[in-house]
Amino acid sequence: MSALAHTAAGPAGPAGPDTAVRRSWVPYLLLLPGALWLLVFFVVPLVQLFTVSLQSQFPGYPGYYYRDLNFGNYWSALTEFAPHFGRSLLFAGLATFFAFALSYPLAYAMAFKAGRWRGLMMICIIAPFFTSFILRTIAWRQILADEGPVASVLNFLHLLPGGHITETWMAVVAGLTYNFLPFMVLPIYASLERVDPRVIEAGGDLFANGFTTFRTVTLPMSMPGVLAGTLLTFIPAAGDYVNAELLGSDRSTKMVGNVIESQFFKVPGGYPTAAALSFTLMALILALVFVYVRRFGTDELL
Amino acid sequence: MSAPGEHTTYVPSMGKRLQGWLAHRFAMIAAILVLLYLFVPVAYTFAFSFNNYRKSNITWNPEGSPTLKHWQNPCGAPGVCESLVKSIQIGFIATLVATVLGTLLAFALVRYKFIGRSAGNMLTFIPMATPEIVLGASLLTIFVQGFSNVGLRLGFWTIVIAHIVFCLSFVVVTVKARVQSLDARLEEAAQDLYAGPGATFWKVTFPLVLPGIVGAAMLSFSLSFDDFIITNFVSGSETTFPKFVYVSYLRGIPAQANVIGFSMFVIAVTLVILAQVIGNARKPK
Repeated sequence: MSALAHTAAGPAGPAGPDTAVRRSWVPYLLLLPGALWLLVFFVVPLVQLFTVSLQSQFPGYPGYYYRDLNFGNYWSALTEFAPHFGRSLLFAGLATFFAFALSYPLAYAMAFKAGRWRGLMMICIIAPFFTSFILRTIAWRQILADEGPVASVLNFLHLLPGGHITETWMAVVAGLTYNFLPFMVLPIYASLERVDPRVIEAGGDLFANGFTTFRTVTLPMSMPGVLAGTLLTFIPAAGDYVNAELLGSDRSTKMVGNVIESQFFKVPGGYPTAAALSFTLMALILALVFVYVRRFGTDELL
Repeated sequence: MSAPGEHTTYVPSMGKRLQGWLAHRFAMIAAILVLLYLFVPVAYTFAFSFNNYRKSNITWNPEGSPTLKHWQNPCGAPGVCESLVKSIQIGFIATLVATVLGTLLAFALVRYKFIGRSAGNMLTFIPMATPEIVLGASLLTIFVQGFSNVGLRLGFWTIVIAHIVFCLSFVVVTVKARVQSLDARLEEAAQDLYAGPGATFWKVTFPLVLPGIVGAAMLSFSLSFDDFIITNFVSGSETTFPKFVYVSYLRGIPAQANVIGFSMFVIAVTLVILAQVIGNARKPK
């Protein structure tokens, strides 16, 4: 520990936050326990998952596999469950969009309009998340149910094609939007908070129109937050299966997460399929993240 | 930063004032509506904790409701308090380990330049970008196909292990941000005043980073406490509070779960407000 203190407090210099100090074995010592944990319980399991995705079943013995390089697992899993994959991306995309639409005014109001209410608003955003998210999702199921207030009003006004909210994609997207909203609000707020209000005022002087000011000044300055929020919402939403399970129907709204879960727990011999789907999902999302980060240069995420 | 909402020096034209007023109202009204929306299911959970239901706590029974009987006997439903205790135990252990390991990692990654630093950054970031279901699935395969050979069975400790993995990433990110924003001049000043390296660390660096560490620990605990997807994969027959609620959903959730869920909300809000009040009181004016 004293070694840490020594180097940490060493000739830090005014060079700024990223000041790195002399080469030694100290960083490795600090790194060792955490990195070892992540190697053993994150990297090794992923490698194992990959090998499982290539295993083959012993014919006639469901649940018994042998080591193989059966890339056909990927082909059959992806063709069979393509609709679920598509739904995951679509629902997650829609939920991300709606979460953005709801979050931006909230984050904006917190950053520029709330004044001394800011702390209270922050608490209001985080607080609901201490009531278990399963409980809240089930509450939504009852609120959106056919005999519940929302569906009855919409039905009374003949605004609900099909007559139901629960058991449809609408409820699933609504649930995803609700559950991941704070992951959108907080990064947008963090980046708006750093914007100097005088810059926006200057924008207001330059452009007559408030909307132009917003579009050319405020929005671009909050982009890092928007991008971070998009990823933080899209990633968990794409892998989620609880919302589709509790709010959706058995047939037409299942997402890839539901398939992975049931292949693991309910289908004998489903491990390789589930592993192939998990691995594809992960590869897809990581590719997305890296393209995104490269394209928009939000390197601070890493 | 000047207080937002207060008008500063220049006087805008009528049209601009009207626009500004509308923009001001629009953002605030939208914000309040969104906040209300966030509270809708919490209010539902709260209301139905007073329901004198017969078979399942889905429809409101006007006879005998509201009732306080579930609040008087929060452990009345079989298994609900056991699962709560398990969740708290798991949350504490996972938070403790993740906070210690994550803080060490964060210091290494910010304060040193060494071969493998970018690999270290990557290794701590990727778990955050991995969907929970993939984390859960990979841990399940390794626990079942690998570590069961060394006697590790699915249950309490596999949940703890899994929670540490995802909490660790969040701790690293939170503490890293705090260490990066440290003013290096404070540490220099300490050294100019002849503080040794140990004293500089413990008297200056550590206290400055501490709020970040505390924040990271609180985040860890809430992530662990509310986790369902990963837990469901690696828990075997062990039951945490979210898993209890999920599993009992088909048979009907006992109102005791509503009582506990809402109480956690109240406790968390109280703690956060207390922390803010104490923080404000200690801040030099």
